[in-house]
Amino acid sequence: MKEFKGRVLAGGNWKGEAVVSKGGVNTLATFQKSALKNADKVIVSDQNNKDIYGLNITGKALCLPITIGSTTGGLVIQTVCAMKINPACFLFSEHIDSLAASGIVLAKVWENSDVIAIDMLGKEFLETVKTGDTIEVKEDGTVIVN
Amino acid sequence: MQLTPEQQAILDGEKGETLAKVMKTIVMYGDIFGAEKLVPVTHADGHLVTSFGIALMKPLFSTMDALIEAGIQTKGKFTVDPRPLDYENVKCNLLEKLVFHIMYKKQADYEEQLKKVGLRDKDSFTCACYLPEVGNVPKKGDVLSWAESSAVVFANSVLGARCNRNSGMLDLFGSIVGYVPYFGLVTDEGRKATWKVYVKTSKIPEAQILGSAIGMKVMEDVPYVYGLDKFLGTEIDDEVTAYLKDFGAATASNGAVGLYHIDKLTPEAKEQGESLIAEGAKEYVVDDAELERVYKSYPLMWKKKDAKPDLCFIGCPHLTYGQLMKWTENLEAALKSAGRKKVKVRTIMTTPPQVREKFAKTPEYKKLTSMGVKVSSICPLMYTNNPITKSRAIITNSNKLRTYSVARYCKDEKILAVISGKEEI
Repeated sequence: MKEFKGRVLAGGNWKGEAVVSKGGVNTLATFQKSALKNADKVIVSDQNNKDIYGLNITGKALCLPITIGSTTGGLVIQTVCAMKINPACFLFSEHIDSLAASGIVLAKVWENSDVIAIDMLGKEFLETVKTGDTIEVKEDGTVIVN
Repeated sequence: MQLTPEQQAILDGEKGETLAKVMKTIVMYGDIFGAEKLVPVTHADGHLVTSFGIALMKPLFSTMDALIEAGIQTKGKFTVDPRPLDYENVKCNLLEKLVFHIMYKKQADYEEQLKKVGLRDKDSFTCACYLPEVGNVPKKGDVLSWAESSAVVFANSVLGARCNRNSGMLDLFGSIVGYVPYFGLVTDEGRKATWKVYVKTSKIPEAQILGSAIGMKVMEDVPYVYGLDKFLGTEIDDEVTAYLKDFGAATASNGAVGLYHIDKLTPEAKEQGESLIAEGAKEYVVDDAELERVYKSYPLMWKKKDAKPDLCFIGCPHLTYGQLMKWTENLEAALKSAGRKKVKVRTIMTTPPQVREKFAKTPEYKKLTSMGVKVSSICPLMYTNNPITKSRAIITNSNKLRTYSVARYCKDEKILAVISGKEEI
């Protein structure tokens, strides 16, 4: 069991499964296929991201350094939050990027989403956590990796 | 964040609940990045990334409705990314049409919404809004509220304007209130390079592969690139503009680059030189072998791996006038040497509506279309979003299109050889 502390962007208590991308997550490429199909879960469609390609990330803790890619990114996050097929938590090892930040803010202000977002968890967080690990997230930004 | 009394009044709802939510979004966004203030948008004309009326994007349409209901408009006019459909020039079969009809059934409604909020005119749909023919061209130092990753990176790097990699909706919100948070690429400090990239190739690198390599390496950081002036010179003419447009789009889509400096070429690099490089900058060398490694790393996503290409898209981002002329010249020569009159693979070249209109008046347009090429202002990416078109074997010279679709990336030379029938894929 290892504990990490990050900055709370959108707080909440949560426990569940981690899905880990060591590289930047391309938001549009990741979500677009499932969103376009109006699916009830997100199966990652980013061909360039070997860590998470083909995995279900709905209701999971998506652990990542930052998001990358198209500037539709924020709107895409807002949309999957509105559709309630979003990852339950976005856990960033680095400072959140501008597109993901937009998405989280849009989801909070315009959709009253309960999505959780914590950033600056540190490089060690991403080195420690593995896909399938159980993760506990606390309101104060503590993340416990079991 | 310190707000002016006027900004605070908007946030407090004195100008209505919807505008307060718009301001709240901008303030929360800025707070995340430690922005201490909002600064005025000095180039009032915006550029929006969201041009497509995909039915499922309900949050977009409901927000637009709320803005319209509250009588809210942008301070200036705005351009927007390309339309997703062009049945006249990009033919579809019945099944594809049916799916497109379902996917983009909100397109007409959404365009009406855009008009009511501040769309410049019906021809304002392009990702290359900064080209002179289109005319949404910021000055050096202008602060923008734009999105569209390829437009933002171009405006920052080639024009010397200041804009963060805003998301869709944030681009619109900044254009409405006329302010953006002061952080990141809007600040002097945020424009410092944290990577030194050395281009050591034996010939001019393919812009889209070099951009891809750098994007994948530096992610969202700012690179300072040495060695390109050897190939591009030290002045930004039309040809260099086209190169930097394609290079930047690849850095932004294969990574998250919002600004790059090219030594001795781009405006800030010319003025400030190496003082733009932050202390402790990391280094990356790009030589012929590295470019080839990156090129070969692109996965082939076609359903049938050994399929013959049946569609080619050239122009993501949209082509410049000069690029259209050059492709026409090169294709004419390639077809002649292959002993053919028309392209072997259905080919669509995409360009802004204004460039298309200018090009259509030239003899080259007749040449190009008589070779079987269609010239459109469609967004190839939106076209390839159709699950039916996904089964097509599409080739492209766009690294952005490759990233967001199952299209196969080919170098310009290969594209030319394949569409002219000189070579198989």
